[in-house]
Formats: sequence, structure tokens, C-alpha cells
Amino acid sequence: MNLIEIGKRIKDKFPEKVLWFRCFREECDITVIKEGIRDILEYLKKTPTLEFDYLIDLTAVDFLGIREPRFDVVYHLMSIKHRHRIRVKAQVSEEDCFIDSVADIWIIADWFERECFDMFGIEFKGHPSLKRILMPEDWEGYPLRKDYPVSSDLGDKEWKAYKELKELSKEWKINES
Amino acid sequence: MRSLTLSYDYTTKTIEVEKGIKIVPGANTIITTLDNISSWGRRSSLWPLTFGLACCAIEMMAAGASHYDLDRFGIIFRATPRHSDVMIVSGTVTKKMAPVVVNIYHQMPEPRYVIAMGSCACSGGVFNTYSTVQGVDEILPVDVYIPGCPPRPEALIEGILKLQEKIKNYSEKNSLLDFHKQKKINHRKK
Amino acid sequence: MNPETTKELLINMGPQHPATHGVLRLILEVEGEQIKKCTPYIGYLHRGIEKLSEDLTYIQALPLTDRLDYLSSLINNVGFCLAVEKLMGIEVPERAKFIRTMMAEMARICSHLLWIATHALDIGAMTVFLYAMRDRERLLELFEMVTGARLTVSYPRIGGVRCDVSNEFLNELYQFTEEFPKKVEEYETLIDRNRVWLKRTKGIGVISAEEAINWGLTGPTLRGSGVYYDVRKIFPYDAYDKVDFEVPIGKNGDIYDRYKCRMLEFRQSVKIIRQCIEKLPEGAILAEEAPEIRLLTSPLKINKDDLQFEIYMEDKKIEDFIKKFTEVYVSVEASRGELGFYIVCDDSPKPYRMRVRAPSFVHAAVLKRLCEGAFIADVIANIGSVDIVLGECDR
Repeated sequence: MNLIEIGKRIKDKFPEKVLWFRCFREECDITVIKEGIRDILEYLKKTPTLEFDYLIDLTAVDFLGIREPRFDVVYHLMSIKHRHRIRVKAQVSEEDCFIDSVADIWIIADWFERECFDMFGIEFKGHPSLKRILMPEDWEGYPLRKDYPVSSDLGDKEWKAYKELKELSKEWKINES
Repeated sequence: MRSLTLSYDYTTKTIEVEKGIKIVPGANTIITTLDNISSWGRRSSLWPLTFGLACCAIEMMAAGASHYDLDRFGIIFRATPRHSDVMIVSGTVTKKMAPVVVNIYHQMPEPRYVIAMGSCACSGGVFNTYSTVQGVDEILPVDVYIPGCPPRPEALIEGILKLQEKIKNYSEKNSLLDFHKQKKINHRKK
Repeated sequence: MNPETTKELLINMGPQHPATHGVLRLILEVEGEQIKKCTPYIGYLHRGIEKLSEDLTYIQALPLTDRLDYLSSLINNVGFCLAVEKLMGIEVPERAKFIRTMMAEMARICSHLLWIATHALDIGAMTVFLYAMRDRERLLELFEMVTGARLTVSYPRIGGVRCDVSNEFLNELYQFTEEFPKKVEEYETLIDRNRVWLKRTKGIGVISAEEAINWGLTGPTLRGSGVYYDVRKIFPYDAYDKVDFEVPIGKNGDIYDRYKCRMLEFRQSVKIIRQCIEKLPEGAILAEEAPEIRLLTSPLKINKDDLQFEIYMEDKKIEDFIKKFTEVYVSVEASRGELGFYIVCDDSPKPYRMRVRAPSFVHAAVLKRLCEGAFIADVIANIGSVDIVLGECDR
């Protein structure tokens, strides 16, 4: 099915929720508000002609200073039977930094959402156990946000356990030279 | 060992082969110090810990396989730190992994050595990011640094040979019985 | 078992373990020999590649992608280059397409050789490790002949490849393809009908097709359960639509079927390489509109003619936003599954956001489902069969 037709179909079914859609290089992406995201994704999964039964990826993009609302939670879906892909984006603002979880529709969304929370700080309501996955559990800060530094030397905001290791290592380092 | 002295027997003379090692060819004897023997044993049978973290671990495995054989140097890879002498840190050490590395280092019995293999272990490499340790020498004392991304198996072999030389040189200057004077590495809070 | 005298035991298969193929941590709740619950912990190799790529230009970010799946690093480079080429809208010359296809299949063979070496070593067959590493050395020498590096090659460029292949290389590669199928048969005689191998892999780690799709599996791990999904056939790229090959599919979804899928993939890769050598056309190896390597500060020239959009909200500035921020998602069939690159570009020389969809991340999650109810020995076999690489999983 043509991608523009799919976009129009979703717009007809959920008229107030779709903000815009765009087609670029034979890829279609639809931006929606975050309130009805579960209904839209379930509709995409279960409708017989669309059947997007495969969640390829779930991630987020930070548009600090460029656009309000700040975050975009991006869902990449694919259908093996009909061989097409689509991208659904939900806008999440910084003040109400939460969105509904889809971990019961696709099991793998569990880990993707944990990674999104770890890197961006977006809360997923209804998630079985939202903990950090890539960074240590008591890390402070959300690394992939645009206002987080890149370099290794974090100064005062360094992770506690690593800071202690470095200080304890200083003793024998001074004696070494 | 006293040998029979005959009038034309010149094979009972001691010949100095290297500094500190003398042989008596006629009596099939080697005369040396206890330090030399222990350091020869230590450097010729270095048992590394399989501590592959990232890409450099694959080159370490390739060095251990049949093309660039490491077994001819007496190297047997051990899985547990309790049995090993040297820890080859190959790959990027992240801040989440740093306490684990230190823990394992303390589980190795002395004398123990650390080889930092690859750019990431030497100095952080390409990755100067919020989650990487810029070189494993921030948290552990390193004996040999092997640069490369990843270093070829031949470079790893050269690094191991340099470690063997270092062990030999250390034993020539310091006595075996002075081990209590060696530096103490402590990561425990007082 | 008397419930008053039995207790559950918590075992930590820690980050440093010979069989976890990297720094993966599993906490197993064990009752006797059977596992009640298995929780994987990852993140011990998280190097911040996605954050770092926002600070570097596109061409500087290319060697970073090497270090993702370091066993078959060329395929990662191809994926990244395809994504940026699609973003820019440039067409890669034919010769470069065939060269990239050929070398990607070589990288796939390298990765599968290391897979069979470590998988068999964990289950106990040590000879296969030495045989497979011997053949891998041959391929690494071939890589070094063309690219100069054994493991982390950064050979593809945005718009083609870095330099041309010589006839000497093609002759040696052709000779390799004649000798290699016999070597694969050698490995199979060692393990394929071995009683111990069959006992440890048949009927273990079974996952059905619907569950596999729900868990997001791709690659041979999914094809072992009977689902026909291969990115090279469904969304073809490079020269894969011009060569003839089959995709092996399993039936039962157990470890043995996944192993068989990968062993058959060896032969298909050899077939693809031979066809690429025979059909290699003459021509340029780099597109004319490819970005110049020396100019680090000029933005990418993106052709935005086919951008269509419809806006249903009232906001004047949103149209500029839609035109400025273009994004693209491209996936390639890596040796582990579907490796995807999602790049958001804002008309500056550096990517605004580069997201890597790693197959190993998903496969580390499915370990929880595969290991529940199994024995401790099956955990080792499962980790080997889903074939995770922590560099890709943690990024």
C-alpha cells in the first residue's frame, strides 16, 4: 500500500491526534500527540491490511532550544507480510516528561523503553520495572540530552564509586614515581 | 658441587654464560642464584587471565590460536584470577566496569602484572566520553603498554616479551626475599 | 523435594566469564540445577558512541561504527554509508556496489567462523576453535591486502569505497572460495552428528515464530524459528538484487536449527562472493557527489526535491522545522540480525542524532525467556546460539 495512503488512513481514523506527516526518500513518518499513542499503535498492529507486527526500534530525539515540546519519542514499525515500514513520532514536553508504555503490545519494548529512560529521562507509565540499563543504577543525569557534557572528566558530578576508586588509587600513584 | 680434578680436564671449568649464570659443561651443571631461577620460572610460564573486554580481545584470541601461537611462550589462558599471573586488559574500560576490574586485580595472587593492550586501555583511545575511563592506569598499576587499535598479534607477542624482560631485570636488581618492600596496592577505605 | 530443606541459590555469572563472550552479567536464581529466573545486566561496555557521533562530522563518525560489531566491522560501515547516501540522495557506482557486497560477505564469513569457534568451544569441542581460527586468518590476510587493517577496517566511504581492489586480491579470493566449502564440511564432520552435540542442542532454547516476532528477533536467530525475513531479500541494497542466493530457514526454533542456518549461510556467502567476482563491472569506485574528505566544515548537500508533507496543526514555524530536519532509517543484514541506522540531519556538517539499532541488544533481552526452566549448562549453549557481541549491544 502506498505510504501516503497509510498516512491519510491514520489521519481519518484519529483526526485530532495526528499533527503532521511527511514522506521523504520513500519513507513515511507521522507525528502525533502523546495522549493516544497506545490506540494508534494497536490499530497499526491489528488492522488486517496494515499489520505492523514488528517493533524494530523505540528511541527518542532531543530538540533543546529548537522546538517546544522538547522530546520526540520515535517508534519504527515494520510488517513482514506486507513488506513496508513506518515511523511514528510522539511529542513529549519537558514538564510532563512521561508517555504510556507499550510493553504489553510488544515484549521487546520493555528494554527499549528502559534505554530511553536511561538516556533521556522520559518516564513510561505502566512499564513493569523502569530502571537504568546501560549506565550504573545510581548514575545521575541523562547522558543523551543536549545539555549533558560529552567528555570523560565530569568534575564534581562524577559517579560516586568511580570517584572513590580514583582517590584511593592516588595514594600508591604518588609513591610510584 | 665438587667434581674430580684431572690434569687435562678443562671441562670442569666454569663458563659464565650470562651475568649471574655459570655452567660446568663436564658435570652438566648450572650454577646460579635462587632469584634467577625463580624469575626464569615466572617469566617463562606467564598465565594470563582471559579478560577480553572489546575488540582487542579478538586479536588476543587470534594470538592464542594456531597461527600466532602463544603456547610456545608457556602461556596458558586461565579463566579464574586465582590461578593467573598477568591480566591483559584488552578493550575499553568503562566506569561501570572499573570496580569489577579492580576487584579481579585484587583476586590475583602476587606477584602479578598488568598489560594494557590497545589504545582504549592505554589512554581511552577514540572514546573520550562520559562513561569511559581514560586509560586503565587511572585505577591500576600497568607494567607494559601496547598501543594499536587493535594491535596486531605480533605486537601483543612483543609486549609479552617485554614483560618477560622486565621480570628478568627486576629480579637482577631486587632480591626475592625483599618482597615485603614491594609497593602495596590498596583500594580499600581506611 | 522437601520445601523446608531446599532453598533457591543466587548465582552471579559475572562480567568476567570465559563463556559470556564479552562483559555480560547474568544473575541466575537456581533451584538445584534448574533455573527459576534469569536476569541479564548489560552496560559494562557502554562507550557513548551515539553521543560522541554528535560531536564529530559524518566522515569522522565512520571509524566509530567499526567498533560496534567488531567481528564483522565492514558491515557496520556499509550500513552507515548507506544511510548517509540515502540522506544525501547520491547514487553509488556499480563497481563500488559489487565490491561492498563481496567484502560484506567476507566479513559475514569471518564473523560466523568466530561464532562457531566460540560456540563449539563453550560446549566442549575445542578442535573446531583451532580449525576455524586458522581459516579466519586467511580471510584477515585478504582484508589486510585491500584495506590495510585486519579487524577494524574503515573501507567503505560515503559514496563508494576507499580504493580499488587488485587482480591479485581477486585471484586469491577466488581460490579461497574453492577451498572453503571443504573446510566447512570438515567442521560438520566433527560436530554435526556427534551425540554430545545433538543432546546439548536439539530441543533446547526453543522459541516459536510468533514469540520471536514479538521479541523483535532478527537474523539467523529468527530464521531458525521458520520466519522468512532477511533484509537482503526484503529491502535489498547494494548489489544483492543482482546476485542469486538462498536464505536458509529452520523449523523447530531450537539451538540446532540456528546452528544449521548459520552453517548453510557459509555456503551461500561463498556463492555470492563467486558471483560478485565474476560479474564485477569496470568503472569508478566513488560517486562524483561524494563529500570530500578534507572539507570538515561544509554541510552535506541534501537533495530535498522529494520531500512531501501535510500539516494539520496551526503553527507558522513548523514548516521550516519540517524542511530543515530530515531523517532516514536504513538497515542492513549484519551477521547477527538487522542492524539499523537512524540519522537525523539538521543541515550541519555533524549528525544531529545518530541512533544505532543493534540486534545484539534485542537478543540479550531474549536470553531471559530462553533460559527460564532450563539447566545451567543450557545457559551457555543459549548464549552461544543467539550470538551476542557486547560492543554492539551496549554501544
